[in-house]
Amino acid sequence: MDKMPKWADVVLLPLISLLLAGAISALVLLATGVNPVAALGVMIDGALGSTRGWGYTLYYATNFIFTGLAVSVAFHARLFNIGGEGQALLGAVGVTLACLMIPWPHWTIALLAAVVASALFGAAWALIPAWLQAKRGSHIVITTIMFNFIAGALLNYLLVEVMKPAGIMEPASANFPPAVHLPNFADMLAPFGIPFSPEAPANVAFLLALLAAFLVWVLIWRTRLGYEIRAFGFSETGARYAGISGTRIILISMLISGALAGMMSVNNVMGEAERLVLNSAEGAGFIGIAVALMGRNHPVGVVLAAVLFGFLYQGGAQLSFQLQIPTEMVTIIQALVILFTGALDQMIRAPLERAFLSLRKARA
Amino acid sequence: MTDPVLELIGISKSFGPVQANKDISLRVMPGTIHGIIGENGAGKSTLMSILYGFYRADSGTIRVRGQEVQIADSQAAIAAGIGMVFQHFKLVENFTVLENIVLGAEDSAWLRPSLARARKELRSLSDDYGLSVDPDAVIEEIGVGMQQRVEILKALYRRADILILDEPTGVLTPAEADQLFRILGRLRAEGKTVILITHKLREIMEITDSVSVMRRGEMVASVTTRDTSPEQLAELMVGRKVLLQVGKSPARPGAAVLQVDDLRVTDAKGVQRVKGVSLTVHAGEILGIAGVAGNGQSELLEVLGGMRPATGRVRMDGQDIDLTGHHSDGRTRRARGIGHVPEDRQREGLIMEFFAWENVAFGYHDAPAYNHGPLMDQNALRNDTAAKMARFDVRPNNCWLTARNFSGGNQQKIVVAREIERNPRLLLVGQPTRGVDIGAIEFIHKQLIALRDAGAAILLVSVELDEIMALSDRIAVMFDGQIMGERQPDATTVQELGLLMAGMTGTVPGAAA
Repeated sequence: MDKMPKWADVVLLPLISLLLAGAISALVLLATGVNPVAALGVMIDGALGSTRGWGYTLYYATNFIFTGLAVSVAFHARLFNIGGEGQALLGAVGVTLACLMIPWPHWTIALLAAVVASALFGAAWALIPAWLQAKRGSHIVITTIMFNFIAGALLNYLLVEVMKPAGIMEPASANFPPAVHLPNFADMLAPFGIPFSPEAPANVAFLLALLAAFLVWVLIWRTRLGYEIRAFGFSETGARYAGISGTRIILISMLISGALAGMMSVNNVMGEAERLVLNSAEGAGFIGIAVALMGRNHPVGVVLAAVLFGFLYQGGAQLSFQLQIPTEMVTIIQALVILFTGALDQMIRAPLERAFLSLRKARA
Repeated sequence: MTDPVLELIGISKSFGPVQANKDISLRVMPGTIHGIIGENGAGKSTLMSILYGFYRADSGTIRVRGQEVQIADSQAAIAAGIGMVFQHFKLVENFTVLENIVLGAEDSAWLRPSLARARKELRSLSDDYGLSVDPDAVIEEIGVGMQQRVEILKALYRRADILILDEPTGVLTPAEADQLFRILGRLRAEGKTVILITHKLREIMEITDSVSVMRRGEMVASVTTRDTSPEQLAELMVGRKVLLQVGKSPARPGAAVLQVDDLRVTDAKGVQRVKGVSLTVHAGEILGIAGVAGNGQSELLEVLGGMRPATGRVRMDGQDIDLTGHHSDGRTRRARGIGHVPEDRQREGLIMEFFAWENVAFGYHDAPAYNHGPLMDQNALRNDTAAKMARFDVRPNNCWLTARNFSGGNQQKIVVAREIERNPRLLLVGQPTRGVDIGAIEFIHKQLIALRDAGAAILLVSVELDEIMALSDRIAVMFDGQIMGERQPDATTVQELGLLMAGMTGTVPGAAA
């Protein structure tokens, strides 16, 4: 017998978590003399009140969909991939090489090449911790965290010593040629006569993210490989009994996870910055963990959670800009949401389950 | 007539929507051995946990020696004179017997006087009840039967005069069980009261004075043991008539299907768990492996099922099987026609979070019939599952339930259905009826015999001697990683097998060789 209906687990629980996070955020804002209602208004207006706001919200969401999916796929094999950040940085190197090395005639082919390159680089970066876990038993949480630092240092080295064009002080790659610039929402919607803010960074990679979410759903719930990944994630001894090779599952699921994290860079490097800069992933790899937790490791949940976090990012930016709130305060609000929706899930789950039980008893 | 030493009146306890105990009343007379029998999940353990203060009852009263008591925790239970011997012992492995007995009952912060007092008391307890143990032996170095005595002594040291034993013979050889029963008889003679929880009818008939039967959270009967029969008790437990013995015709063994020569298994700690086992299983016969749990039977099954590497030689239909684990695993074993009902269905045989239809493919999920390229053919799977669940009478017959939502017996039926319906050449079966209700036991036994009659070879590992005796055409006994001997079921006795299980090879007078 399930303890509570599925809709309560999927919808009600995150909603309550969100409300609690909002309530505490309101208290924090009140304590610093800011009207929380006005602040919420600013956030909503800034993130959702204009096509420019939407463009930023969905741009951030695109990053988080990729990194959230990356964490989810690994998690189905009960692997906690904390290394999305580093894998995204390596993916960024892949995107940059693909865009700068070959003079592409059209962005569509360049996009394809960038997707492949980012996926390969991200997957390769995940492969080493995966191999260490599968063959040597080194804990994947530890190794993937370490690999984030190595990735950051490696990117630093590449930008300062190798990829930086001569005569420029800033540690960044050359600008990408105009032929590989991805169309943003304004470009994409113009043929349909829909006006969209041209300064908003949301671009065609958003559709790519939705496609990735669909493909992850197919992989996990429709393919034989997904079946084996889930079986291994639920019970290693069970997988051994069934003849499912743990080594194979660890390697494959981490490769897919790393590839997804790497692909995030198609959005931020190719679609927005149009060059490679230091720390290009800007923490989106870590936000992916919260997104996957809140989205219950299901692609639909991940997409919804990613949009929510996109809203928090964009709304938060507007908040600090318009109300002169220090950015640290915005970080506190984002952290509260992560804390409540991710880490404190169990705290709210237990009383909610009890409520449903007593409800059921009262009805019986 | 004397007053009951322990009386439960109207005890109820729910876990969410599940009512584990419904209005239970029980009277236990002093100086008796009172059996509580019931299938798994009937509520026996919940009731005893209430009595020992692990759970609070939702309603009802407990009276000890006529006084109403509130048992809030195990300390309160001990104060009321109730002692408990758990199925899984709660001893500190690297402490001595004496240290374990004193643990939690020290007189002061200084250990020495407590130990000295305990040593004296232990000697008198040992004398009174025939419970001889060496107080200075370290727990991990003494046998299971001895460890159980330490648990009993622990309770007696805490002045318990109502002693509850939960499935005490599960880990014992028949000889050790006999010794335990002698000790219980001695306790009774000294005026102590014993409550024996078990699902084995034989034990109830052998040792108890009165017996209470539980079914689905209710106390369905309390009778004097002398006035009842195993058949009647079984019927009360299940709620319908059951066959305690499955009928089977003599085996007609064919060619050798499985040949094992000098198989050796070393575990991760470097300990050799299987020490040179050789055996042969023919088509159309059941070879039963008897033995106390932990004597290498599990490892033997795991090696044959492709779950761990080994050395030696294993042939299937005359052809060698790779034992190194590099080229052969559970998948390739299945391709060779080896089915496997594993010992632990919850950790191995099923994925508890998977739907029934996902579990019915488990291990066979790469079969062409279940797949379209890389995608799984879910419709084919669900149709196949529905058919198998119907044939094996799995209840509820709903392939959208997760394995966790089925009872133990129905979970096991799913596993057995999956393995048998593939028509294996060889079926490995481990503890097929552990935690399975009597009705399902009967059904699973019949299916195994039907598979044998269809010409399959079956290797059965079970710690239940009754099951080995009922199903096997030949019986091999394992002890300490070795096969101590092989017997015909109709030419041996439980006593003889019991000696072999304890590592003694001498034949018993009276038993046919």
